[in-house]
Amino acid sequence: MKERLIRLEVFRYNPDTDTEGHYQHYEVSCLEEWVVLDALNKVKETLDPTLNFRWSCHMAVCGSCGMMINGEPRLACHTFLRNYPGTIRVEPLVHFPVERDLVTAPDDFMEKLKRVKPWIIRKDKQPIEQGEYRQTPKELLRFRQYAMCINCTLCYAACPEYGLTRHFIGPAALALAHRYNQDSRDQGRDERQEVVATKEGVWECTFVGACSEVCPVHVDPASALQQMKIASSFDWIKEHLLPGGGK
Amino acid sequence: METIQTDVAIIGAGGAGLRAAIALAETDPKLRIALISKVYPMRSHTCAAEGGAAGVIKPDDSFDIHFDDTVGGGDWLSDQDCVEYFVHEAPKELLQLEHWGCPWNREPDGSVAVRPFGGMKKKRTWFAADKSGFHILHTLFQTSLQFDSIKRYDEYFALDLLVDAGRCQGLTAMDMRSGQLRQFHARAVIIAGGGAGRMFPFTTNGAIKTGDGMAMAYRAGAPLKDMEFVQYHPTGLPNTGSLLTEACRGEGGILVNKHGRRYLQDYGMGPETPVGQPQLKTMELGPRDRVSQAYWHELQKGNTVTTPWGECVLLDMRHLGTKKINERLPLVRELAESYLGVDIVKDPVPIRPVVHYMMGGISTNTQAATPLPGLFAAGECACVSLNGANRLGSNSLVELLVFGRRAALSAIEHIEKTPAANTAALEACADQTQQRIRALFSRTAGTESVAGLRKEMMTTMEEHAGIYRTEAGLQAAVARIHELRERYRRVVLTDRTNVYNTDLFQTLELGSMLDCAEAVTVGALARKESRGAHQRLDFPERDDKNFLRHTMVYHQGADAPRIDYLDVVITRSQPGIRDYSGGHQ
Repeated sequence: MKERLIRLEVFRYNPDTDTEGHYQHYEVSCLEEWVVLDALNKVKETLDPTLNFRWSCHMAVCGSCGMMINGEPRLACHTFLRNYPGTIRVEPLVHFPVERDLVTAPDDFMEKLKRVKPWIIRKDKQPIEQGEYRQTPKELLRFRQYAMCINCTLCYAACPEYGLTRHFIGPAALALAHRYNQDSRDQGRDERQEVVATKEGVWECTFVGACSEVCPVHVDPASALQQMKIASSFDWIKEHLLPGGGK
Repeated sequence: METIQTDVAIIGAGGAGLRAAIALAETDPKLRIALISKVYPMRSHTCAAEGGAAGVIKPDDSFDIHFDDTVGGGDWLSDQDCVEYFVHEAPKELLQLEHWGCPWNREPDGSVAVRPFGGMKKKRTWFAADKSGFHILHTLFQTSLQFDSIKRYDEYFALDLLVDAGRCQGLTAMDMRSGQLRQFHARAVIIAGGGAGRMFPFTTNGAIKTGDGMAMAYRAGAPLKDMEFVQYHPTGLPNTGSLLTEACRGEGGILVNKHGRRYLQDYGMGPETPVGQPQLKTMELGPRDRVSQAYWHELQKGNTVTTPWGECVLLDMRHLGTKKINERLPLVRELAESYLGVDIVKDPVPIRPVVHYMMGGISTNTQAATPLPGLFAAGECACVSLNGANRLGSNSLVELLVFGRRAALSAIEHIEKTPAANTAALEACADQTQQRIRALFSRTAGTESVAGLRKEMMTTMEEHAGIYRTEAGLQAAVARIHELRERYRRVVLTDRTNVYNTDLFQTLELGSMLDCAEAVTVGALARKESRGAHQRLDFPERDDKNFLRHTMVYHQGADAPRIDYLDVVITRSQPGIRDYSGGHQ
């Protein structure tokens, strides 16, 4: 297997000792088939145990290892060295406060996830003894794509609106609201609209589409937001223009 | 050190921990619940489970058949009262998840779909494409967000249990962001900390699977049970160890050697079945232990394929066709394509067995209680003796639901009869953690590195505690792990920063893994028989006379651990022959 000397330029920041971040250079021999995370792990094991980053699954499903790689938000476990001929610049995800080195604080995202009420809301709960809620494969397909989000927050790092206005609920959380709204078992759309159909919600999105471009699992949050905008507009039309509020 | 008062503290926020938290919150809304995890909940390794979750739901299936499959699959080391409880609870839990929004695959009529899985006589594995664990984890996490009584402590690294008056009454943990220590005073503690596959170099397990929960209970005096039973999943990607789910074979994928022969027929799992028509409980749908062992024999015979990533056999799914693969196995296709450069639609993918799951763990009974009062455990970190000597694929995702909930209910029962805590005694106990961490930070004279010791541990485990084991190898492993535990006391931190110090966390994790490795190796050396996933070349037969019992390993500080045994609970299935011949035997 082909080996190559990989040159990494890594953002370092230690709040105990540093007033601001700086870049550190490492050179490690790597297999061509490796991912950036493998290179970082080799640095940590053989060169510098003080380098800090999160990771776990190494298969793009746990969402831990989001970072900026050559300026793009990416999962380090799914970014292949073969696509990076030159020096690789590795930085923490933008738009989140840096805890240390490549580790960012996702508190704001965690808070926003909760605000969209991402759970099944029903007026009439069917007892477990009566079995499953029936849902056809077609009904499943209406929301399954939006249930694929791994919460890696790359879309927040990519989103220019979130970069400008932190009160924006943001792509992943809104896509999750859409996931539940589209689920035939759910009756909670009205409750979610209080957050979704606001200036903090879908109307803050200017449809740049960067979220969908960086999504490693093809959730396509941009399409979810567009669908929600259309549905919210239709709500408005029903309420204001149709006789009897469309009811 | 700041003290946090709570009613129930849960260590681990994966499937079992979240299920326990929700059960606590639903049962008694007044309970204060502390959910403590070294990672954000959705990073927990439950997310990596692919194939599905077993529960009787279809009219042609029955609890008895699920029971028999599980007990036989476990080579009769399962406690049968536990299995009985489990099979009855399983469908309720899976339906509960359905009501919470889990996107299970469906039949055209809208009922849940099931797929075949290894060692199961009926189709009973509920699935959400090949991301079942991921969807279960996220459904539980999202559902948990509606309960304000569940107070999460994300990225808190649990360190030690607080034990006073013979009862577990809390724990110490480090806030990873600040490096500050905290003590949680709790009336009951539930450990749901996951497995310890990272003891081995080649594993499907994520970096976080370092056995911290197991080791914490072990150090506090709770025994680890049946730790020698380590499951190899037959089909891992040979370079990264990533899991290619058993559903690959459930959907009809076949295993062939370098001659193109479906070699499983040569190891008691034949006769051959027609390609593309998988038959339950035979050939490629044999149990994981047998299928992984067959690989080892093929390797000895020189029948494996030499690849740049070592000796492999081939998993061929081409005959499934693009549509089925994309619909049922999209993640598998993506993983093989991106990490190995193989498109499973066009080519067979080289695979080899990979460390996947610990059947053993913290000893618990069917109520999810450990022998240490006040301490409960659920999920992979626990050994409730459902899985016996070999877990059947798709039983573990259900296990963490059934026993996560059970642990919560048991914790509530325990709380009702618990006297008030002796706060001073707990604080004194917590001080010991502080001293331990301080000593680690201030040690400068040592010579050992974490990366170095970890590598030696992994090599030892792979070499001597793998699919087939011997007396000599295990003796060497026991001695080596003992030596590594001693050398571990001379590990020196390179990084003495307080904030998110992964040098420190990896050091602590290595300590946990060494404790677990000790229990695995001493248990394996003492078990002079072959059963399920524990295979001894020098004792090739199952020995029910001497070893139809659980290994119980007790921590003895720096000394070698003490081993004891506990009888297996047999209710209605006497040990018999494990028949995977498709009815031809």
